[in-house]
Amino acid sequence: MVKEIEKAGIPAVHICTIVPISKTVGANRIVPAIAIPHPLGNPAKSGEEEKLLRRTLVEKALCALETKIEEQTVF
Amino acid sequence: MTEKMKAVLYLNQFFGQIGAEDKADTQPLLKTGPVGPGILFQELLGPEVEITATVICGDNYFAGHVAEATEEVLAMIRDCGPDLVLAGPAFNAGRYGLACGAVCAEVTSRLGIPAVTGMFPENPGVESYRKTVYIVPTKGTTAGMRDAAGKMSRLALKLAKRESIGSPEDEGYLPRGIRRNYFARETGAARAVTMLLQKLQGQAFRTEYPLPVFDRVAPPPPVENMSAATLALITSGGIVPRGNPDRIESSSATRYGKYDIGNLRQLTAQSHETAHGGYDPTYANEDPNRVLPLDAVRNLEREGRIGRLHPYYYATVGNGTSVARAVQFAREIAVDLKSSGVQAVIVTST
Repeated sequence: MVKEIEKAGIPAVHICTIVPISKTVGANRIVPAIAIPHPLGNPAKSGEEEKLLRRTLVEKALCALETKIEEQTVF
Repeated sequence: MTEKMKAVLYLNQFFGQIGAEDKADTQPLLKTGPVGPGILFQELLGPEVEITATVICGDNYFAGHVAEATEEVLAMIRDCGPDLVLAGPAFNAGRYGLACGAVCAEVTSRLGIPAVTGMFPENPGVESYRKTVYIVPTKGTTAGMRDAAGKMSRLALKLAKRESIGSPEDEGYLPRGIRRNYFARETGAARAVTMLLQKLQGQAFRTEYPLPVFDRVAPPPPVENMSAATLALITSGGIVPRGNPDRIESSSATRYGKYDIGNLRQLTAQSHETAHGGYDPTYANEDPNRVLPLDAVRNLEREGRIGRLHPYYYATVGNGTSVARAVQFAREIAVDLKSSGVQAVIVTST
């Protein structure tokens, strides 16, 4: 899906847990996530810590979208 | 052969009869004898081979700890001293396919023991391991178990007996990109002319040199001014409004949904849930922002880090969903995004 969005000329970042799959299917900007059942969260942390963790990941994704890359890059 | 050959089987938690997604974090463990599909494999391998052990590992544990899991599984297999190793078949399960591929690749290269696995050709494990591992093509679902197990057993037996292995077409495995010299009856010139004539007449012909297909997209230029850009969210993690109004399938999805979040600051357990059948839904249902981070994005929007959030998000279930379908969904979504002036996209996957 990421690839098709990018084909249309819109930069897309893939936040995903299994980076090898993302690489195989051809995402260009990849941000590794936490875990399969909760990619942008961690139920083991407190509510506040978890929100901060999620925000950090989203910020990283935004930075990836602002970064010029030549090839597949894991941020 | 006086002594029986020994085989070890690698399975995930599901086929290893440990449990479903709630057991996907199971660390590698060893069971004596065949388990699950091992019974069928034992029948197909016949009296020459005995499946002495089964190594089982949870899909999430393997995917989340590839290096450690590979070492642990490899140590267990080494201790069994097998003559051959079978893994899967993984059908169209992505995490399982990658695990089967990794196990077979290491067993072959580091232990020098023949290994065979089976996967649906679209499984990401195929792309990653087809060059180093014997992978038998299977159907997308367990309906293809008997056929897959038959082909895997036949190939594994030949490998274990050190018999010479024929071409992928003859032996029923996916091409590994290995070229072997042989004497053809006709010269290259004659074969090329024959092929050209077939082509000109619109007949079927088979190239002797298939060209590689690189389906890659060059990275688009970065977003120049994120604080003025419109961002959209897409997920393959199955986050849908409670009740799943579009009835998106929990596996092998045939559709996606477009959902209004224009007035929402965050997702809640009351407003949204996951329709994905490929992971334990407990955490996503408890707090859907863990898969679709609306709360964090809204905060960043308020602080001016992004211009604005597109008032809709798009969701499907990426569980065994065919590549062709995913491509079709994304093309339609891309048209919608373009016409709405979206300049950047975050896709989240479980």
